[in-house]
Amino acid sequence: MAKISTAGNYGKEIRSDCMATLELTKSGGLKIDLISKVKDYFGDQIISLAKEELKFFGIKNAKLKIEDQGALDFVIAARIEAAVKQLIETDQEYLLEIIPQNTDQTAKDRPRRSRLYLPGNTPKLALNAGIYKPDGIILDLEDSVAPDKKFEATILVRNTLRSVNFYGAERMVRINQLPQGLDDLDHIIPQHVNVILVPKCETTDQLKAANNKIAKIKKEKNLNYEVWLIPIIESALGVINSYQIACCENVVGLAIGLEDYTADLGTQRTAEGNESFFARSQIVNSARAAKVQSFDSVFSDVNDMEALKQNVLTSKSLGFDGMGCIHPRQIPVIHANFAPTEKEIEKAKQIVAAFQEAKEKGLGVVSLGSKMIDAPVVKRAQKVLELVSVGGNN
Amino acid sequence: MKKADKFVLNAAGRMVPTIVNGRKVIPFMGVNKYWPTHKGAAPHVPTCIDYPADGNKIVETLKEALIKSGLKDGMTISTHHHYRNGDFLANQVFDIAAELGVKNLIWVPSAAFPCHAPIIKHIESGVVHHIEGSLNGPLGDFCSRGKMPGLGYLRSHGGRYRAIADGELHIDIAVMGASASDMTGNANGVMGKHPFGPMAFTKADVKYADRTIVVTDTLIDFPCYPWEIMGNDVDFVVVVDQIGDPDQIVSGTTKITNSPDRLLIAEYCAKFIDAAGILKDGISFQAGAGGTSLAFVHFVKEIMLKKGIKAKCLMGGSTKFLVELLESGLTEYIFEGQAFDLDAIRSLRDNPNHIPIAVFDSYDFHAKGNLARMMDVIVLGSTEVDVTFNANCVSHSDGRMLHGIGGFQNCMIAKCTILAVPSFRDRIPVIKDEVTTLVAPGELVDVIVTERGICINPLRKDLIEATKDSGLPIRDIKDLKKEIDQICGIPAKPKLSDEAVAVVEWIDGTILDTIRKVEK
Repeated sequence: MAKISTAGNYGKEIRSDCMATLELTKSGGLKIDLISKVKDYFGDQIISLAKEELKFFGIKNAKLKIEDQGALDFVIAARIEAAVKQLIETDQEYLLEIIPQNTDQTAKDRPRRSRLYLPGNTPKLALNAGIYKPDGIILDLEDSVAPDKKFEATILVRNTLRSVNFYGAERMVRINQLPQGLDDLDHIIPQHVNVILVPKCETTDQLKAANNKIAKIKKEKNLNYEVWLIPIIESALGVINSYQIACCENVVGLAIGLEDYTADLGTQRTAEGNESFFARSQIVNSARAAKVQSFDSVFSDVNDMEALKQNVLTSKSLGFDGMGCIHPRQIPVIHANFAPTEKEIEKAKQIVAAFQEAKEKGLGVVSLGSKMIDAPVVKRAQKVLELVSVGGNN
Repeated sequence: MKKADKFVLNAAGRMVPTIVNGRKVIPFMGVNKYWPTHKGAAPHVPTCIDYPADGNKIVETLKEALIKSGLKDGMTISTHHHYRNGDFLANQVFDIAAELGVKNLIWVPSAAFPCHAPIIKHIESGVVHHIEGSLNGPLGDFCSRGKMPGLGYLRSHGGRYRAIADGELHIDIAVMGASASDMTGNANGVMGKHPFGPMAFTKADVKYADRTIVVTDTLIDFPCYPWEIMGNDVDFVVVVDQIGDPDQIVSGTTKITNSPDRLLIAEYCAKFIDAAGILKDGISFQAGAGGTSLAFVHFVKEIMLKKGIKAKCLMGGSTKFLVELLESGLTEYIFEGQAFDLDAIRSLRDNPNHIPIAVFDSYDFHAKGNLARMMDVIVLGSTEVDVTFNANCVSHSDGRMLHGIGGFQNCMIAKCTILAVPSFRDRIPVIKDEVTTLVAPGELVDVIVTERGICINPLRKDLIEATKDSGLPIRDIKDLKKEIDQICGIPAKPKLSDEAVAVVEWIDGTILDTIRKVEK
């Protein structure tokens, strides 16, 4: 194993993060060198945290340098742990206390209009993500984390799930592509995570593998909360298998990832989206058939809110329940435009009222004006009114 | 002479000196509890026969002008900050003083910037005794370490005007940069090679100084009009190669922020004044430069367009964003104290509804129609606030002085003053139990808006009532502080010595707080 290890990020532009550089020594005790912009305020606290953590891992002699730009304890602890584990073999985890807000469970069919992607190894973005009230926050271990940062990112994401208040947003993690992603689950599942996103999902075998691994971890650790799955369909084969995938255990919805899908087709992603019309419709259709939700791909131009709005309206008209986003400012646009229009709400109210009236009168047939209303229409109207009660945050 | 002596506890509960740099001062007595009613300064009386009959007051060099103005030990020299961090003039003045062997000068800038760091060597060598004015950047840091022989004296923009007019701050020589001047000293800041905008911060200096030197890099034919400085008030005119770099006026202050947190804070501010019923036809408000303020203007504009609201007047420092509101008819007037970009300078020059105002009119405690007091709402930033709504804008939580007061205190008397702040910066909480330096008494801070919620001063029952069903995240400031402390941890208290290094003056001229030497 290496003699000196480093973990984390440090630089002029990097905030709320730190870099830990660790060297094990033969004697001399624990030497902590702290360079920090908040040293005057938190220097003593940081140094005692570092010492306690090194002792926890049984390290008695070491030089540890911490270069800090205002990282919170859970970040510092994660960076030190990542540095330690590059030098010594240990299965131990240095866990800070989980905040009470982060132990709640979520319902299978809760609204998931917006899910905000955050790069898993960039702590600054996670601190305030919840205040924008997305329905879900995804800590990403996959594409947004560089290959050499994957290890430290899993530890940071683990700590983030325990320490950061997401203010009611569903706590989600996108693991790496399987089989690597199965190892991510060891760190993530015990932290009361609500949803695991499984990228580049093509077959039911992948979800079975994920479910088996999750069940094994839950059994070992005696965990009794639900962990939902959202497979992300990103290939032609995935689209074809989407119904079977949607039917797998614990799946709450299907997401589509259009960058990889269009690459797989050998075409380009366009603003009009004709190339993905079939796939998007197929995903919606498979999800509905399996009675789960469906989620559209992210819209990547974070400065063009008008184009985002049009994109959301198209998604809604195709039947999607939500979409991904990569910037907090996209959230209110997504919520506002997935929300039913006033006309839709008015109509839904009339339909539900007519249904109630028919029920009270014991009529078998519901009618509104001269039109007969079928059961699925009533159901859709009820769903519209449910969405209204969720409200937008705009 | 002791820098500061005879300390007493003032009405804000702060220990403050009653003697500063040998002059007697009055401790803060409470908001609107002290009336500075004495007769004001009596400026020196000139006669035209002492000046050239043809009006030509040009002298060859700044050095010659300073010598002819009688520069000598212990004098007070003033400059303005309209070039902000691009000022070339102040450093030259003290370089010349050093060359002439003059000592113990007092520098009274309307604001200092990092570009004035070379003044430090003149303080170290005894050329400059102390600074009365904002202490920013390297100068603030220097003063915080107790290295200035005299006590720093921090005044607001309005407070500086008041002190000069009241005779508490006598200027011997005012050295005023102007982007254009004629031979007589009629001058402005909107013409010439390097225009910077209005000259609001020269008015008191020119009116009350014993000698006024206009320095320009663009000499134009008599008469230079508009004449923001009138030649009749000027003793000497000096022409140099370049007096400042206007590009430095705009640095970093004229772009809407990309930060989602700041955008959210700005959006909350706009929604708050809408919910509180403040944002209605005929509204007047101040929004300066800086990312959050500009974003506030952006969100207010959205609401105005949606609801068909038109403003009466906006108070700058303005940028193209305010100019757009003026040109699209969303506001009838802009009152301008300082311009922050070229669009603002152009509009000020060409649009009669873009009106230059003096610091006296907008900010002075003596003004009979104080404009800041007439504003419906003013949004400001802050380095710290506390649970009793006290605010700090000059020092960081470690006690180091790093910002000037600017118009911060003067804006406090608006009908609704909002502080727009993040709840923490790099792990350092912005909401404290007690601010490190008291710059604005809590009773004047109406609302604190953060990304995690809006706190309304309990004194403003009307605002609390008006916004209670708005759906906005209105929160008790103590609850918010608790949440922030849980996120950040409780920071250790800064290590400050007992030694005073500067005082903060309140707008009425009383002493509000003492700034202590930083130990490390």
